[in-house]
Amino acid sequence: MASVTDILTQRFDADAFKVSQYRDNPRLLIEASRVYEFMKVLKTECGFDMLAELTAVDYLKYPNAKDRYGIIYGLTNTTSGERLWVKAMVNDPEPTVASVYPFWKGADWLEREVFDMFGIDFLGHPDLRRILMPPEFTTFPLRKDYPLRGRGERHNFQSITRAEG
Amino acid sequence: MPLTLAKPFPTVEDSPNQEYLYTLNFGPQHPATHTTLRLVLTLDGETIVKCVPDIGYLHSGFEKLGEDLDYNQYVTVVDRMNYISPIYNEIAWFNTVEKLMGIELTPRCKYIRTIIGELARVSDHLLCVGAAALDLGGITAFLYAFNQREKIYNIFETMAGQRFHPSYLRVGGLMVDVTDSWIDQIRSFLPEFQKTHADVCRLLNRNRIFIDRTKGVGVLTKEEAINRSATGPVARAAGVVRDVRKDEPYLAYEDFDFKVVCGKGGDCLARYMVRMEEMRESIRIIQQAVENIPAGAVNVDVGDRLTIPDKTATYRSIEGLIQHFELFMWNRRWKPPVEELYGAVEAPNGELGFYVVSDGEGKPYRARTRPPSFIHFALFPLLIEGHQISDVPAVLGSLNIIAAELDR
Repeated sequence: MASVTDILTQRFDADAFKVSQYRDNPRLLIEASRVYEFMKVLKTECGFDMLAELTAVDYLKYPNAKDRYGIIYGLTNTTSGERLWVKAMVNDPEPTVASVYPFWKGADWLEREVFDMFGIDFLGHPDLRRILMPPEFTTFPLRKDYPLRGRGERHNFQSITRAEG
Repeated sequence: MPLTLAKPFPTVEDSPNQEYLYTLNFGPQHPATHTTLRLVLTLDGETIVKCVPDIGYLHSGFEKLGEDLDYNQYVTVVDRMNYISPIYNEIAWFNTVEKLMGIELTPRCKYIRTIIGELARVSDHLLCVGAAALDLGGITAFLYAFNQREKIYNIFETMAGQRFHPSYLRVGGLMVDVTDSWIDQIRSFLPEFQKTHADVCRLLNRNRIFIDRTKGVGVLTKEEAINRSATGPVARAAGVVRDVRKDEPYLAYEDFDFKVVCGKGGDCLARYMVRMEEMRESIRIIQQAVENIPAGAVNVDVGDRLTIPDKTATYRSIEGLIQHFELFMWNRRWKPPVEELYGAVEAPNGELGFYVVSDGEGKPYRARTRPPSFIHFALFPLLIEGHQISDVPAVLGSLNIIAAELDR
């Protein structure tokens, strides 16, 4: 982690990122608008060659949260076994962040899932479609304002009769 | 809001100059997919020129459910993700939760978890290898493998009372302690299993048909494996030397002598070979663990109000009773730190991790799974394009896609 911080301090201003640690998770908080630059440095100079995880959290009901969505990137250096957790916060009405697909092809489906579940747009993703929910679905189920209990979504779907089919 | 149908998958109309191509819909119900997943294949004769996977048929909102169930209750849902080795999902979930709460397990609990985790790995690999052989026409190996899986289910039944989804782990310990007869059951299982393992090896390792169908099929290079986030046997068969058990030891893995099995080819045969050898290593771990299992308690100390006390303590002592209610009343339960973290384990399929966000309540604010099947299935178009349609079952079988984990 020390060497990663050194490289980042050389490349960026000290206030552009914030380093913290919880248990065995070294964490890096960056601005969403600078994800592309940071990821480029982390991939090419710090040796994080694998994107182990990409997910998002909706902080709508979280205590003392200022921003709404946190996008979380789990990077792994397969040579040294080092890990890094990068977080970028985005907000409504148009949560958008640059895609990391140019660096890690593994981001393809992971970003599609985040788009599907949270409605976060990844700029530069080659094929941003819904992946788990059906294409005609209109909302984003893992957002905190999506109800946990209810009648279900069946009434929202078109029914195709035998004559039409 | 009126709904409009989205644009369907690319078809022949999109490329009018290639009228000889035709589209084949593979699944969602097909014997070779084992569960529900769909592939839209564009074919040039028998050769696959384009493959678009379509998933989500089994999506049941497990992550959303995780936000409504407490840390112990979620174990029943976690069980149903990779239902081929449910115990390992439980290990992964509680590994993260215990890391969040800062619980250090007792040595006996660590050993028992390691033993059942490795049994689950053997059972998972047996299914994968057996089903891969079945899809390629080798029914005998499948039956041998399933016979041994049945024995492992019996071991789980003795331990937890449930064969398929044991729900055996709890925060800070286990549901109940194991008995000596359970240890004996494992002791008698091991030599039997080794015999079957040798039989399956003899049936498949030099089998002309099996090798012809798997060698050079679905090749994944080391660079692609890393770049596309592959882990577990799929990555190790491509030459990525990475195993969470060795790199970031958890449970009791530090105490045991075992090897990380890697291959070079990156094809279906290499993945099969890696799985076969990994089973042997798992058996070595179980042998060492069973002979050195420490005595003592399985749950962490009752005083810290983290584990469910056993029934005797609940009924016979006031501390136990208080403790029980502290964990089961909605306004009490755990008070984990307001933090978030990720914990990963080496599940049979690859790195299985949970990203847990806690807001200090008794249930997680967000319980995200990093599902290895999801990430490996994303590799499928890369592996299959350019191959024949009959290679689809071979590649699917070697990736061991479990649709319940894929869609969650």
